[in-house]
Amino acid sequence: VSDLFALAERIVGRAKAGEEIEAYVARGHDVEVRAYEGEVESLSSATTGGIGVRVLVANGSEGARLGFAWAGSLDEEVVESTVVEARDNAMFATPDPDVAFATPDGVEADELDLWDPSVANIATDDKVALALDLERQVRADPRIRQVSSADYGDERIEVALASTTGIRSFTHRTAAFLSASAIAGEGSDSHTGTGFSVARGFAGLDTDRAAKDAILRSTRMLGATKPPSDRLTVVFDPRVVSTLLSIISSALSGEAVVKGRSFFAGRVGEKVATGSFTLVDDPTDPRAFAAAAHDAEGLACRRTVLIDSGVLQGFLYDTVSARRAGTASTGSAVRGGYAGTPGPGCRALVLQPGHHDQQAILAVVGEGVYVQSVTGVHSGVNAVSGDFSVGIEGLMIRDGELAEPVREVTVASTLQRMLQSVLHVGSDIEWLPGIAAGQTLAIGDMQLSGS
Amino acid sequence: VPTPALIDSDVLERVLSASLAKGGDMAEVFAEDRQTSSAVLDDRRIEELSSGRERGAGIRVVIGETTGFAHTADLSEAGLLAAAEAAAAVARRGGGGTATALPPRRPAPDRDAVLPSTVEKSAKLELLSRADDAARSAGGSITQVQVGYGDSRRRVLIASTEGLLAEDDQIRTRFNVSCVATGDTGQQTGFESVARTEGFEVFGRYAVEEIARIAAARAIGKLEARPAPSGELPVVLAGGSGGILFHEACGHGLEADHIVKDASVYVGQVGELVASPLVTLIDDGTVSGEWGNYAVDDEGKPAARNVLIENGVLTDYMWDWLRARKEGRPSSGNGRRQSYQHLPMVRMTNTFLLAGTESADELIAQTPRGVYVAKLGGGQVNTATGDFVFGTSEAYLIEDGKITTPLRDANLIGNGPEVLRRIDAVADDFAMMPGTCGKDGQSVPVGCGQATLRIGGITIGGTAA
Repeated sequence: VSDLFALAERIVGRAKAGEEIEAYVARGHDVEVRAYEGEVESLSSATTGGIGVRVLVANGSEGARLGFAWAGSLDEEVVESTVVEARDNAMFATPDPDVAFATPDGVEADELDLWDPSVANIATDDKVALALDLERQVRADPRIRQVSSADYGDERIEVALASTTGIRSFTHRTAAFLSASAIAGEGSDSHTGTGFSVARGFAGLDTDRAAKDAILRSTRMLGATKPPSDRLTVVFDPRVVSTLLSIISSALSGEAVVKGRSFFAGRVGEKVATGSFTLVDDPTDPRAFAAAAHDAEGLACRRTVLIDSGVLQGFLYDTVSARRAGTASTGSAVRGGYAGTPGPGCRALVLQPGHHDQQAILAVVGEGVYVQSVTGVHSGVNAVSGDFSVGIEGLMIRDGELAEPVREVTVASTLQRMLQSVLHVGSDIEWLPGIAAGQTLAIGDMQLSGS
Repeated sequence: VPTPALIDSDVLERVLSASLAKGGDMAEVFAEDRQTSSAVLDDRRIEELSSGRERGAGIRVVIGETTGFAHTADLSEAGLLAAAEAAAAVARRGGGGTATALPPRRPAPDRDAVLPSTVEKSAKLELLSRADDAARSAGGSITQVQVGYGDSRRRVLIASTEGLLAEDDQIRTRFNVSCVATGDTGQQTGFESVARTEGFEVFGRYAVEEIARIAAARAIGKLEARPAPSGELPVVLAGGSGGILFHEACGHGLEADHIVKDASVYVGQVGELVASPLVTLIDDGTVSGEWGNYAVDDEGKPAARNVLIENGVLTDYMWDWLRARKEGRPSSGNGRRQSYQHLPMVRMTNTFLLAGTESADELIAQTPRGVYVAKLGGGQVNTATGDFVFGTSEAYLIEDGKITTPLRDANLIGNGPEVLRRIDAVADDFAMMPGTCGKDGQSVPVGCGQATLRIGGITIGGTAA
């Protein structure tokens, strides 16, 4: 802790009169093991570190200019050149009255226990053994022809943040993963399925669950065919819902809204979804994978209700987007490591659970399609226009139960229409890696395109 | 005067010897020094000018089927030796360290590029403002414009116990414009980019105003768009709209790491007819200036022109060092990695379909009903099943042989081998397009290319019956 803070303090100490400096100092350790055919295919271990420096130069009544520079090193010798480069970059930015660093806002950060020392203390041999065991368990099923990857991974991330505007924050977290990709079947009837388990530490990993999930997801697709096009109800698997919520969240970014790049802009107070749809971002829930006590500008993370019983409540803001919108930061700054600058984003989206689990939802829906996985999210979903079209794999729902598998089809609608067509929200919350929890979700009146 | 090497050869020799001190078949040092700068103009303001620097080395030790890997940002001999020890942790056989003798240094070829570091920041920013003005003057419905500029210089050095010592100096420049247009029906987006393995001289040939106008027109055009059809129709892809069709339909499936694990529909198909006889597909890292161009790959192997499919017949897969060794053949120069923090794997470079002889206009005229795709977005494939998707970002209906109504964005879905067999016409208007290819968590720049072509039928994932 202390060495990262000390470095951040030294960077901030270089501020000249008339300028503010913010230093983001990060260090990560990670281990990755891949097993293949009973052997270690690869074993990687690494420590990385870097600094990201923002310099804000006052420009009189016109506001301030912002410059940024980063370096993939924690060496003292790169500090000077990085500060100089950030300062020089600031000279070329457009002066802007809304550009500012975060200042302490009086909100107390929760104490979250996100650090499990086991990832550092467990011997590499035990990590290797877990990956080998996972591969063995998946291969043990006679229907599985190949395990293209069986991985163990863990990471420890520490971030110190300091600024001349009074910010001092330190966040650290650990994570451990297991994941397996299985291939079932032969020739043109080959199907893939991925299973995983994620936890704060070594002990929380569930090999059995990851293996069974990979086997189930690949083998239940055996014999899949391309069905005819139809308009029907779609039940999304919790993993897919986590992806869907992540996409919707980009339209809930205060920056997208103030810049006119969100279909939610100007609609606060309106009913944008069905009454059963309540969406919350709560990074203070330690069960969430990306939970954090402080955001990427050093403010306390907090719970934000975005959509309440279908009514749009507001957006997520960092400091700059909040100033542009004439409001206060919601403590929602995120950034992609030391080489990135902050912007507003979600960390821990979750839907208020409904009353039915997946089986009950399938029974109520009766007829439709169950989506196990989606492809083409980046090419087929547009959070500005709302257009939505993705490739899917899954199973038809007949008489309230999962029936024959289907492949090489798409489902399409618009995000706006989908939110207004939510039929059921599952009670089955799953804390998945990423920025959103997973839950079963049934959406009516979508277009399936097939043969 | 050549630039000094990232690491001196005598240090490399000692580090390589130490890497194999506990045994192993091969050890390799991959060193990288990457300098980047980028600028974003958004909402009429120069918001962010950013500079970055990253230096480090990744060391791998291969013993049998097992690879040990470690990386460090410390390029001193002590830092490299520590990484070597970590990478060698997988080697337990014991056995003596063999001395490595490296050949004389051959500095990276001079690219004759205008180095980004020699260009004034104000000159880069002026491009952003010019593009913003051009996009905003394209029409009153343009309500938001974001312009991005980025450059990078990536110096790499690869040395291995197989007596290999190679260097490359890769200079890349990109420029992109995204527009939002607003109308009665809501908002639509348009995107256009230029990305080249070249320096700042690229702007002598590409006018940023033109890039901006294309992006703006794309957004404005879609305000009138109708929902895309749902179901199977013939599709005409415009020349240069995105050879991403081939990147997804077969490119990934021809990467040898998927082949050796029996995780591709193209396993065992060499010598077989896997596509329409109109298809001759090349992967070529040597095409100067294209986004996937380099002198040597990230394993030190010179880039090559590799014929993957010739007149519909599968001729070869793409190979890196590890997978080529398994099959007792040479690498095809396709071993790439995102950075020194990553292990190399088989990746595409510039992947393109050779042009045909038909005229694009006639090809469209001979299509009574279908979809014309002027520009593709991204795509994704499952190599084990061959099923793939790719998205449209500018498309129209074809009715009675004419391009008519614009269509809203949608994904198209097909199965690689089936779609390749359904290509029934290829025109003569070849063009390339840059892209970013993601695989197993690593992103690398690639090029894609093709002339206007027609797929006899493919499923379009729209909503219109």
